[in-house]
Amino acid sequence: MNSPILSVRNLGKRFGLLFAARDITVSIPVQQTVGVIGANGAGKTTFINMITGHLRPTNGTIHFEGRDITGLPCRQIKGMGISRSFQVAQIFPSLTVFENMCTAAAIGRAPHTFIGHVCTPLRSRESVVEAETLLELFQIAPYRDRLAATLPQGIRKLLDIGMALAGSPRLLLLDEPTSGISIEEKFSLMQVIMSALNSRKCTVLFVEHDMDIIEGFAERVLAFYDGTVIADGTPAATLADPRVQTLISGPKVRCAVGAAAHV
Amino acid sequence: MVWSDRIAAGSAFLAAVIAGFVLPDWMISLATIAFANGLVVLGLIVMWRAGLVSFGQALYYCMGGYAVALIGRWGGVTDALLLVLLGGLSAAGVAFVVGFLLARYREIFFAMLSLALSMILYGLLVKTESLGSTDGLNVTAPTFLGYAPHQEELLVALYFLVLVVCATAALLISAYFRSLAGALAIPVRDNELRVEFMGMSVSRLIHTKLVISGLLAGTGGALVALAIGHVDPNMSYWTTSGEFVFITILAGAGSVGAAFIGSLAFESVRSFAFTMLPQLWQMLLGSVLLLTILFLPQGLGSLIQRLHWGRKAKAP
Ligand SMILES: Nc1ncnc2c1ncn2[C@@H]1O[C@H](COP(=O)(O)OP(=O)(O)OP(=O)(O)O)[C@@H](O)[C@H]1O
Ligand SMILES: [Mg+2]
Repeated sequence: MNSPILSVRNLGKRFGLLFAARDITVSIPVQQTVGVIGANGAGKTTFINMITGHLRPTNGTIHFEGRDITGLPCRQIKGMGISRSFQVAQIFPSLTVFENMCTAAAIGRAPHTFIGHVCTPLRSRESVVEAETLLELFQIAPYRDRLAATLPQGIRKLLDIGMALAGSPRLLLLDEPTSGISIEEKFSLMQVIMSALNSRKCTVLFVEHDMDIIEGFAERVLAFYDGTVIADGTPAATLADPRVQTLISGPKVRCAVGAAAHV
Repeated sequence: MVWSDRIAAGSAFLAAVIAGFVLPDWMISLATIAFANGLVVLGLIVMWRAGLVSFGQALYYCMGGYAVALIGRWGGVTDALLLVLLGGLSAAGVAFVVGFLLARYREIFFAMLSLALSMILYGLLVKTESLGSTDGLNVTAPTFLGYAPHQEELLVALYFLVLVVCATAALLISAYFRSLAGALAIPVRDNELRVEFMGMSVSRLIHTKLVISGLLAGTGGALVALAIGHVDPNMSYWTTSGEFVFITILAGAGSVGAAFIGSLAFESVRSFAFTMLPQLWQMLLGSVLLLTILFLPQGLGSLIQRLHWGRKAKAP
C-alpha cells in the first residue's frame, strides 16, 4: 500500500444546530476497498456528499491524489476521477439499459469543453464498445434493450454502479450498493460488483449495513457514529471494538437471521 | 442516419423542389409559410425533448421578422439570404440573453416566463410609433444574389429559399440530436441530478437548447416576413406562440421531419377550414388537436415511425 489517493482532514458539516459530520480524518491508500458502517443518520451519506462535491463542508479539507478539492463543484470533481453511485439508484427511466450505459460512456470520453459536447456523437464506436463491455462486466447484457423503468431492483443497482464506472474513475464511492435487495441476493450482487470494480483497479469505499457483507468484502472498515469515525481498522478489529458492538453492529447482528445462527 | 432515412429525406426534398415548378401559386405560398413556421416548430421540438414547453416562441419569431424589416429599411440590405441570417442571429442573441434567466426554470414556470417575455415585446412594439405601432412595418422586396424577381417569380424564389434553409436546418438539427449535447435531452428530462453527477452542466445544456430554438424561430420569422412583405406586433402575441405549441403537439417530437409535415398539415387544415367553414374553422382545428391527442399521442411523426417498424418487422 502506497501514497493515499484520498485524504480527508478534520472534515465537518453543520446543518443549523446539527453536526451531520464532525472532525473526520481519514486517509485511503490506492486500491484499498473500504467499508463504511453506521446506524441510520450517522453521517455516512453526508461524508460521501462532501467528497463528491454535492455538499460543501463547513470545515476541514479534502485532498484527492494530492490536490485540494474541498468545495469544488461536483462536475469538476467527477472530471478529476471521483465517481459515485446512489443509495436509491439514479438512472434514466425512459432510456434502455444500453442507452443509459452509452450515455455514461460517451460523457466519460468526451473532451470537457462545450464544443466537445456538441461535436462528439453519442454513439461513437468507442463509447458503444465501452458500454457493451460494462454491460458484460456487470452481467446485465441480457437486459440490454429493456427500458430502465421496468428493471428489477438488483439490475437497477448494477446499472447505476456500472454507469458510475464509465469514464474510468480512480475512486468510486458506493452508497449502500445492496439497499433494497433481499438478504439472499445481496451476497451474489456484491460479488458481481466487486469483481467488476477490481478488474478496473478502482479504489472503492462502500457503505453497508449488513455485517456479513462487510466481513466478506472490505479490507478495512470505518465505523461512523453521530457524524464522526469511532473505529477504523481491519474488519475483524473494527467489528470486535466494544463501542462499535454496542452502538452499531450489536442490534444488527441479532436482527439478521443468518447471522444469529453463527453467534 | 440509417440509409432508408436518408433516402426518405432526400426524396421528400426532391418532391418539394418539383412541387415548386408545378403547383399553383396559392399552394406555393401556403407551403412557404408552412415550412418557415416548421422551423419554429423544430425549435420547440429541441426543447420538448428535454421536457420544456415554451409558450413564448413568438418573441424570437417576431424578433426575426422585425429585424428583417428594420435592417432592410435602415441598413438598405436587400439580399434575402443575408436578411434571413441576420434575422435568425438577432433572435438567437435575444435567446442567449434571456436564456440566463429562463435556463433556471422548469415546467409551468418556464412556460409562463417565456410567455411573459414575449408579451413584453408585444407591449413595446404596440407603444412605439416609430416602429409602426399596431400597423407594423412593410418589408421591401428582397433580391437573391442580385436577382430581383417580381410577383410570381418572387413567390417561387422565396419558396426555394425556404426549402434550402429548412433542409440545412433539418440536417444540422438531426446531427445535433445524435451528438452528446443533443442526446442528453432525455436524461435531462429524466434525472437532472444524475446528469450533473456525470460531469455535465444541466443549465448549460438547456441554455444551448434555448439559443438553438431562438435561432430557428427567428429564422422562421424572418422568412415569413419576407414572404408576407409585412410585420406587425401580432407576431409576438401569445396566440402566435400557442399556435406553434399546437403544431408541435400535432407533429410530435419524434423526428426532425415531423416539424415540417406537421406544419404543412396544420396550414392545409386551417386554409381548408377557413374557406369551407368560415365561422367554424377554430372548432375544426380544436377537433383535429383533440383527435391527435387521443389517437396519436406521439403526433403525426409517429405514423412515419410506425411505417418504419412495419418494414423492419417484415425483414428476416
Ligand atoms: N440536507 C440536509 N439538511 C439538513 N439535515 C441533513 C441534510 N442531510 C442530512 N441531514 C442530517 O444529517 C444526519 C446524517 O445524515 P446522513 O444522510 O448522512 O446519514 P446516513 O448515515 O447516510 O444514514 P442512512 O443509513 O439512513 O442513509 C441526519 O441526521 C440527517 O437528518
Ligand atoms: Mg445514507
